Formats: sequence, C-alpha cells, structure tokens
Amino acid sequence: MMVEKTPKLDLFTYGALILGIIAVGFPILYAIIAATLSLEEVSRVPMSMIPGDQLFNNLHQAWTQGDLGTQLYNSFIMASGITLGKIIVSLFGAFSIVYFDYRLRSVAFAAVFCTLMLPVEVRILPTYEMAANLFGPLQGIWDALGLNSIVSWFAGHDIEVNLDFSLLDSYAGLILPLTASATCTFLFRQFFLTIPEELCEAAKMDGASPMTFFWRILLPLSKTNIAALVVIEFVYGWNQYLWPLLITTDPKMTTAVIGLKSLLPSPEDPPDWHIAMAGALIVMLPPVLVVIFMQRWFVKGLVEREK
Amino acid sequence: MIKKRSYFKSRSLPYLLILPQVLITLTFFYWPAVQGVVSSFQLSDPFGLYTKFVWFDNFIALFKDPLYLKSIATTLFFSGSVAFVSITFGLFLATMANRVLKVTTLTRTLLIWPYAIAPAISGILWLFLLHPSYGVVAIFIEDFLGIDWNPLLQSSHAMLMIVMASAWKNVSYNFVFFLAGLQAIPHSLIEAAAMDGASPFRRFWTITFPLLSPTMFFVTVMTIIFSFFESFGIIHAVTQGGPGGSTNILVYKVYQDGFIGLNLGSSSAQSVVLMSLIILITFLQFKYVERKVQYTG
Repeated sequence: MMVEKTPKLDLFTYGALILGIIAVGFPILYAIIAATLSLEEVSRVPMSMIPGDQLFNNLHQAWTQGDLGTQLYNSFIMASGITLGKIIVSLFGAFSIVYFDYRLRSVAFAAVFCTLMLPVEVRILPTYEMAANLFGPLQGIWDALGLNSIVSWFAGHDIEVNLDFSLLDSYAGLILPLTASATCTFLFRQFFLTIPEELCEAAKMDGASPMTFFWRILLPLSKTNIAALVVIEFVYGWNQYLWPLLITTDPKMTTAVIGLKSLLPSPEDPPDWHIAMAGALIVMLPPVLVVIFMQRWFVKGLVEREK
Repeated sequence: MIKKRSYFKSRSLPYLLILPQVLITLTFFYWPAVQGVVSSFQLSDPFGLYTKFVWFDNFIALFKDPLYLKSIATTLFFSGSVAFVSITFGLFLATMANRVLKVTTLTRTLLIWPYAIAPAISGILWLFLLHPSYGVVAIFIEDFLGIDWNPLLQSSHAMLMIVMASAWKNVSYNFVFFLAGLQAIPHSLIEAAAMDGASPFRRFWTITFPLLSPTMFFVTVMTIIFSFFESFGIIHAVTQGGPGGSTNILVYKVYQDGFIGLNLGSSSAQSVVLMSLIILITFLQFKYVERKVQYTG
C-alpha cells in the first residue's frame, strides 16, 4: 500500500524483509547443511557452510538408528486420529448446540466452553491415572457401595470385581483424550450461526430430517472450515509432546517428535550432530509440507479462530 | 445465548449428537481436574497407601519453597522475554510485508513454516546453533563478543537459548495475525492521514498501531499461553530444567515433581495454581473480546 513515493523507506522495507526471511530460515538452513556433512566435517569448528554429499547416508542412518519408521507411523496415526476425531466430535457437537433447542443446551455449551481452561498441562497426573484405568471412577463407586460383598453373597462365593481398562501404550490412549476441543466446536458454532435461516426452513418444509439436513446441506457448506481445521489440527497432533510422553513407555509406541531426543549426542558420544539434524529434518517434514501446501486454508483457519 | 430462529425438534437426537464431546470432556477434563483439586488438599505417600486431608498445607509449603518462587520468577522472565522478542519481530515483519503488497504471498510462505515445527524440534535446532563446541552462533558470540559461551553450564545462557527457540517458533504465528490485522485496516484511513501530511512513521504510531490493539492483545495472550505450557517440549528435550534449575519453568516443575518425583500433593497444588492462572487469562481474554466488537464492527 504505497500511498506516496518513499524510495528510501521502500529500500529499507525490502532489505528488512529479506534479512528477516534469512534470519527466520537460518536455523533450518544450517540444519540442512549439517545433515549433508560427514562426522568429520560437522565437528570441524566452524562447520563448513558448503553442503556435502552425505545427505542420504545421514538420513538413512537417522532412520535406522532412531527407529523413525515405527515412530513416524505412530505420529501419523496419532495426528490423523486427533484431526479426524476432533472434527467429527465438534461438528456433531456444534450441530446439536446450534440447531436444536433442549433443556440442557446451555449446560452442554458451558461444559464444552470451560475445557478451554483445562489444558492437559494443568492436570497431568490425574489425567494419566484416568488413562491408566479408564474405569477407575466406576471402581470407586463400586467399592463405595460395597457391591463386592453383595455380588459375593449372590454368587455364594468370593468375587472381586476389578474394572480395569488401560489406555497406556495404545493408539486410543494417544488420540482419545485430545479429541475434545472447545476451539473446534466454537469455530463450527460461529460458522453455523452465519448460515442463513432460510436453508433450515426450506429443508424442514421439504420434510428433511435433521440428519439429512446435516449431511446434505451443512456438511458441504462447511468444507472450507473443515479444510482449515485439518491443517491446524494435523500440525497440533503431530507436534504433541507432553501427552504422548506421559502415556507411552513402550519404545514401539513412541512418537517421532519425542523419539528424536534419542538421536541427540550426549557429551560422551561422538558429536553426531549430522545424524540428529537429518532426523530432525525427517520428523519436521510432514507438518511443514502440510502448512506450506495448504497455506491458504491454514491462514484462514488460524485467523478465524481469533473471532 | 444466541440460537437459530428455525431449529429442529427432537427429544433424543441433540443429546446423542453432543454425547461424544461431553463423554470425552467429562472423562479426560473434568474428572481429572476435580481429582487434581482434591489431591491438592491431601498428603499422600508415593505408593498411595495412605492419604490425609491437610487443607491448604500443600499450598502454604509451595509458596514457602524457594525453589517454587524461583520457578515463578523464571517463568515470568521467560514468557515476558518470549513475548517481547516474538511480538516485536512478528509485528515488524508483518508491517514490512504489508508495505510490499505484491510479494505478500511469497513472503508469507517464506515466513510461515516455523509454525509447523514442534517446540521440541525448535529447541534441538537452537541447541545445535548455540552448542558451546559446535554451534555457529556460539562461535560468533565467543569470537566477536568475547563471551565464554556455554548454555549447558551457564544459567543465563541456557535461558537465552530457550527464549530464542520459543520466540523463533512463535514469530511466524504472530506474523500471520499481525498481517491479517494490518490488511483489515481500511485503506482510506491511511490515505486520509497521508493527505493530511502524516509521514509513514507517524501513520503507523497514530493510526495503524492503535487499530491493531485487539490483535496485539490476542497475540500477547496466545504467546503467554504458549510459553507457559507448550514450551514444555523445548525444556524437556533441551535443558531438563537445568542448569541448576535455571530453566525450570512452572509446567516443567509440575511434571518433574509429580511424575518423576512422585510428590503428588505438591504437584497437584502446582497444577491448581496453573489452572487458576489460565482461568484468569481466559476471563480477561473474553472480557476484552466483548470490547473488541466495537473496534471491528
């Protein structure tokens, strides 16, 4: 938006932008160069800024050494599961809140809304306990009511009822607790509220059932919003750290972002930074590609969230 | 609450539709949160063999603990620095990008992608850049500034490292919002001011900046939430709270005391403190959003 001619300021603008882009890109550029070097080259001080020819060797070594195949697969399942789960759960939730009138509607809305204030970081231990035994609360009620003795009396011998169902080290455990999201439900609610009333009236007049209206009219209209959320939630899911760290102990269930730590050279090891950087590049690639190629949806989704 | 003029009538369907969300929310949000609050008033041994109700003892112990007070100070300094660096830089880049309308899409592409990088990976990249023996930035600091640089041993250097890793990751997020905010400002306002003879700098400070204040508020809140909670990955992957607890921010301390140290009462009390904090932030945010309507309307 050039209002008047300001050649000096324009020059400064371009200069600052180029410098800014370089500054933002430098850590990645440096990582890419390191990933192409050999151990000898990468531990030279200062490291050469000319790319070497070891890229594929390093990528391969990072892949096998860090068991990235398994971990990327886990990350992919987790990220897609969270994305899909969140979108389905919030679409139905928002549909219920906007298009129906029922007694507990406000209560449901408030309950969903308040989860905004409870990120996993503030309820680490109890959520872990919950996942470790999903029916823990029921067991408590069971014990409190003394139902064991009643059941034993009926059966005629001693019966211990143990409600035990663990989500630890499972895909369900990685995905399920992260699929309820107030932000997604909000976004769909805001969007549904902007849809003209006439559509719903017309559908009702034609005798369409609520679910027909949902599948045939609401869902196609929400395509853009869904696309935007797919990008955001996939990146969110892929980059999860604390929750997978808590709930997985089996190395076969670790996600790539967490597993990457094992490639970091410790002070006693040879400084394998070229391998660590090659691994980092592999793990960051999927979400970066998603963001770059779906940039339009992504920006739209991000900015919509603010409203 | 707003609702549609035209809606469906069904006795069971709406409950069925909202059921998945309510079930997950109750199971993984509310029940654990209540449990957390309850155990913050209890004292128990690591094996769960006995528990005792101790009222506010855990909280009193917490706020008497110099390590916890230090962690609060560390967190405040950390998030303040991250907010300052990433907001200043993000706003600057957005202002520049907004001036050159033609290349905005390309510029945006080149500036946006650190958003997609996990905090932990950002931490690893910066650990390499600032590594005392191999990092190129570290060598620059040692040679040109003459500082004996070592973020693995020096508290302030470690802090600088995690601030850079967090701020770098956040710049692109802030950039996207500032650019959107700038593009939403009516061009006629800028033109009118230019006609009145206001220089580009004056226009920025008297028109653009005040009109950007809702975005500024939102971005600040999001950055603070990020540095309070999501920076966990950076700390865990890179410093583990060290050296000497100098990067032990509150969320990492909750994890360390509760999950590693198995000090349930104290960890729960810390969680409750964090919970109160985020409730406060959310309330402030929504109070402000109400006002924001007048700006954009």
